[in-house]
Amino acid sequence: MRARVLVKPKAGILDPQGQAVERALPALGFTGVRNVHVGRLIELDVEDPDRLPEMCERLLTNPLIEDYEIVETEPVTS
Amino acid sequence: MRFGVIRFPGSCDEVDAQLACQRFGEAVILWHRDRDLKGVDAVVVPGGFSYGDYLRVGAIARFAPVMEEVAEFAAAGGIVLGICNGFQVLCEAGLLPGALLPNTSLRFIFRQVELEIVSVDSPFTGAGESGQRLSIPVKHTTGRYYAPDAELARLEAADQVLLRYAPGENPNGSLNDIAGVCNEARNVFGLMPHPEHAVDPLTGPTGGLRIFESIRAHIADRTGAPA
Repeated sequence: MRARVLVKPKAGILDPQGQAVERALPALGFTGVRNVHVGRLIELDVEDPDRLPEMCERLLTNPLIEDYEIVETEPVTS
Repeated sequence: MRFGVIRFPGSCDEVDAQLACQRFGEAVILWHRDRDLKGVDAVVVPGGFSYGDYLRVGAIARFAPVMEEVAEFAAAGGIVLGICNGFQVLCEAGLLPGALLPNTSLRFIFRQVELEIVSVDSPFTGAGESGQRLSIPVKHTTGRYYAPDAELARLEAADQVLLRYAPGENPNGSLNDIAGVCNEARNVFGLMPHPEHAVDPLTGPTGGLRIFESIRAHIADRTGAPA
């Protein structure tokens, strides 16, 4: 399976990267944007998607500071 | 006494750490793939960029074979000091509470900072005085100490914050100005500033000496050997 793991700073933790982006947008005329957060995307092909949560908890994320979401799984097309 | 300093691929401060330790005893390098701690009395996890820090600071180094030994050593009461990246590794490994996040400024910071010893009740600060100032350099991009509110309150109540940035000196946005914390058993300590870079008057203030001196005094006390 092809899977995507979305990782973002845990809610409530100061996210200076998100803030920097939020401050930059109005300068380009994009007003009305709030709650910007910057995270990362990990894309991977896995044989056993059931093991994804464990991978996320043990290595892919630090659950103390990051939230994750396994957003998409689809069969691998070769 | 005998110190062991770990070398991961990507470590860069292990030689300075070894030289600092050698002022107070013997100091050997411990290779990351070895499971042998060579009978050391204290382990130093040094600064640098272990395994490139490619995923997240300290995230991959915590799984190094040597770290399994360090975890056992720590569980048995062994003295473990983590400096900068070493602090990040110990947090990722769960040997210390909390985590280190990118500096609020998002910039790499390299400068001398003033620290205050908060608690002398530890093997790492015992040779100092409560409130004493130490001038030690920091150099990092990911040094903002974070722990959830309840954990932070617990750390403060248990006197686990050993070092704070002096008022107005917090370089990275660390919560409660925390520069260094120990575990509940007080035998594992991590800090972002680099005491190993502050031991010789030739290169500046020598605040870092207090940390190594404290460890030596603690080990001497424990083993009954002359300090």
